[in-house]
Amino acid sequence: MATTITKTENLVGKRIRRQEDPRLITGTATYVDDIKMPGMHHACILRSPHGAAKIRSINIKPAQDLPGVAAVFTGKDVAGVGPVPCGASLPGLRVPPHSILAKDRVYFIGHPVAVVVATDRYIAADALDLIEVDYEPLPAVTDPEKAIAAGAPAVHPEWPDNTAFLYHQEGGDPEKAFKEAEVVVKQRITSQRLIPTAMETRGVVAEYRGAEKNLTLYSSTQIPHLLRSLVAQMLGLSENHLRVITPEVGGGFGSKLNVYAEEALMGFVAMKIGKPVKWIESRRENFQCTIHGRGHVDYYEVAAKRDGTVLGLRLKLIQDLGAYHQLLTPAIPTLSVLMMPGLYKFRNVTADIVGVFTNCVPTDAYRGAGRPEATHGIERMMDLLAAELKMDPAELRLKNFIGKDEFPYQTATGLSYDSGDYAAPLKKALELVDYPKLRQEQKQAKATGRLLGIGISTYGEICAFGPSPATPAGGWESATVKIEPSGKVTVMTGTSPHGQGEETTFAQIAADELGVAIDDVIVVHGDTAVVQYGIGTFGSRGTAVGGPAVYYAIQELKKKIKKFGEMLLESTDVTVSGGNCVDNRTGKSVSLAQIAGASYRAMKLPPNTEPGMVATYFWEPPNFAFPFGAHIVVTEVDGETGHVNIKRYVAVDDCGNIINPLLVDGQVHGGVVQGLGQALYEQAVYDDDGQLITGELMDYAIPKASMIPWIESSHTVTPSPVNPLGVKGVGEAGTIGCSPAVVNSVVDALSHLGVRHIDMPMTPEKLWNLVHPGGQA
Amino acid sequence: MKRKINLKINGKSYSGEVEPRMLLIHYLREVAGFTGPHIGCETSICGACTVALDGKAVKSCTMFAVQADGREVTTIEGLATDGHLHPMQEAFWNEHGLQCGFCTPGMIMTSKQLLERNPHPTEEEIRHGIEGNLCRCTGYQHIVNAVKTAAAKGGA
Repeated sequence: MATTITKTENLVGKRIRRQEDPRLITGTATYVDDIKMPGMHHACILRSPHGAAKIRSINIKPAQDLPGVAAVFTGKDVAGVGPVPCGASLPGLRVPPHSILAKDRVYFIGHPVAVVVATDRYIAADALDLIEVDYEPLPAVTDPEKAIAAGAPAVHPEWPDNTAFLYHQEGGDPEKAFKEAEVVVKQRITSQRLIPTAMETRGVVAEYRGAEKNLTLYSSTQIPHLLRSLVAQMLGLSENHLRVITPEVGGGFGSKLNVYAEEALMGFVAMKIGKPVKWIESRRENFQCTIHGRGHVDYYEVAAKRDGTVLGLRLKLIQDLGAYHQLLTPAIPTLSVLMMPGLYKFRNVTADIVGVFTNCVPTDAYRGAGRPEATHGIERMMDLLAAELKMDPAELRLKNFIGKDEFPYQTATGLSYDSGDYAAPLKKALELVDYPKLRQEQKQAKATGRLLGIGISTYGEICAFGPSPATPAGGWESATVKIEPSGKVTVMTGTSPHGQGEETTFAQIAADELGVAIDDVIVVHGDTAVVQYGIGTFGSRGTAVGGPAVYYAIQELKKKIKKFGEMLLESTDVTVSGGNCVDNRTGKSVSLAQIAGASYRAMKLPPNTEPGMVATYFWEPPNFAFPFGAHIVVTEVDGETGHVNIKRYVAVDDCGNIINPLLVDGQVHGGVVQGLGQALYEQAVYDDDGQLITGELMDYAIPKASMIPWIESSHTVTPSPVNPLGVKGVGEAGTIGCSPAVVNSVVDALSHLGVRHIDMPMTPEKLWNLVHPGGQA
Repeated sequence: MKRKINLKINGKSYSGEVEPRMLLIHYLREVAGFTGPHIGCETSICGACTVALDGKAVKSCTMFAVQADGREVTTIEGLATDGHLHPMQEAFWNEHGLQCGFCTPGMIMTSKQLLERNPHPTEEEIRHGIEGNLCRCTGYQHIVNAVKTAAAKGGA
């Protein structure tokens, strides 16, 4: 007999304002720094002022003697705490021991040396100044290419070549492809170090209850469950005695997809002093000690035929790792290699990575994590090839795209692209800008001396991380859906949203599937004592992997709802609609609340059915999802100042089905602006001694509202076959598509001056010098 | 060493002794318990700590609490009245003018001030007006939309 659940009004696909916003717009949300506990102490951390130095001695006595100081700890005190973990494994990877406080040597500016705990954060800060450290400064190296040159200072004395690993991957027959090529284009392309700069810095509150041996860590993290497992290991705690709570998290962008020294250190301190302790990272610490992103020097070669058909791709990738491995540091450049062919039919590829230690803070996942670098490389190379062949860059791309009927498509790097129609967003973007007319305008503008450029990027990304065998810590995601006795719905997700809006999108999914109002659903996350184990939010996986877990948990519940509905209505022909269960023959109905109530009251149970209305589902994705899109940027360079004026920014993204277009637009805008930051403004600069020159927001230029254009955002929709929602992920798309489009545009503006390539950030000074070779104004 | 201060926060009087070096943001957050304004940089670049001092937007991380003696402070918590959101709060909600929400209290206070000075700003004027407040999530576009919408509804 047919039992179907029909929906009265679909919320999926609608521009719905967010469920999480009321607390955020009224200032009543609780971030880590808003937590206050009786007897709470405050920690401040003394950090290395040198890029490389030996520690001859440390005198903590004057700090200990300051009234209000409860304790001071140094490296020798934490010898029993396990190392900061590296979750990535590569053959032959060199993993330096990474103590939570420096022992006898510091390896980068900001390296933690000692921690002061006091009754008040002002006193703790005062006490830091009283600690006397006798350093013997050593030569440092901060440039990865210099670090692997002969005679460079050794970051870790035991490995004088500064090489953490070598990694090779190839597919097809690249040697043959290059031998047979009619044209080969080569370019060195950098993706500079960036500082993620979440507006909320990191922070930890730790509370230890000795009688119970229970440690609670409140941390601003993207991965509460993994953090719990790993910090428990570091501290030698039983995992079930450690509870991690992520309160409101003020942005992450990958920088909080990690396990940091301070998270274990605060647990250690709370256990030692027997009082709750809070540490809030200052912005300067955030710049010095929270992971950076990118840090590539790439040497690309493309082999092609004269008609524009691409044949082969060769990449030598030098990855600046920093002084240590954080959670995923060495794995990030391998993602670049996976995505190096982009959307094109490169059947023959070869890549070699050199992972290089430098006296800098580690690099790790920052929005896009390896894919922006790959996309920047291939999209620059496609433009260089187009220029070499005197072909239009749009035409060259259309010629080499994987065809829409070739999916699933096995790439030369071993991936299986799920679905796509790569020409569709490009054609849409070309229409939106009226490309032929625009090229005409450009011709006229250039004839009058104006420096007008048109830049295209067509990007693909690997998202929805991912199948567990291909991820370091499991790639599934979990959900528990509970229908409470009153019929209200609680969704508990193993993801850890921190701005992406899954309290809304998951509520939309649940409301649709169960036929209830969105306000009858709440979404709970980020407390390991409340929520079942989960993986977290990163890699554009929240909705694309967490969403299906919610969906499947509800499908389990629906079976149970049906059984209770049939029992209560004494019918075998029922329909669940709009939160009611209706007997199709008599028209009699029971509400979801009555069904839920009956399931808990359990006066009578359907055959082989347990009481209660709760289902948990751990969903293992069969593949990654591969979103794609096309960005077109029109720029004009001011020849007098070198300033780039973005005249139009068109972003056409295909992230599969869209659950909430308002939120997807928000993700695209935010992503694009981080890409603009890389293209035009941002760069982490270390001097040769290891000093971070861009150590504050005064010196590191994240985009302000006045520095960026209006973004015209549009979509094509190619559902993913990987998951039942057809979604692909959108968190990183804007960033990945942006930077090559902007650089291609500016290179196009200056191409008649002989400019082939410009490394980021394209500062006014850099562009002015290109327009005025030899410094002639 | 400590100095006595009296001030009004969100319409209520507060008084007590503070160290002269205590920043206003720390007084608001840790003494008076208004944790809506946030600390994003401690150097008056990011604007997450923006509050109104005698009706004018200021960055409370670069003011001492003693400088607010005898004055009136409004924080984000003071905007909604009788359970009704301020039009600017409503506009940020409707237009998805926030993601992680960390910059939002400061951004709303600045946007409110912007409309008080210029009730019908152009897009360029909005972008210029909020450039003392950094947001890393939204790309600002939905914030611009929120300010425009609030302006259209006369919501300073």
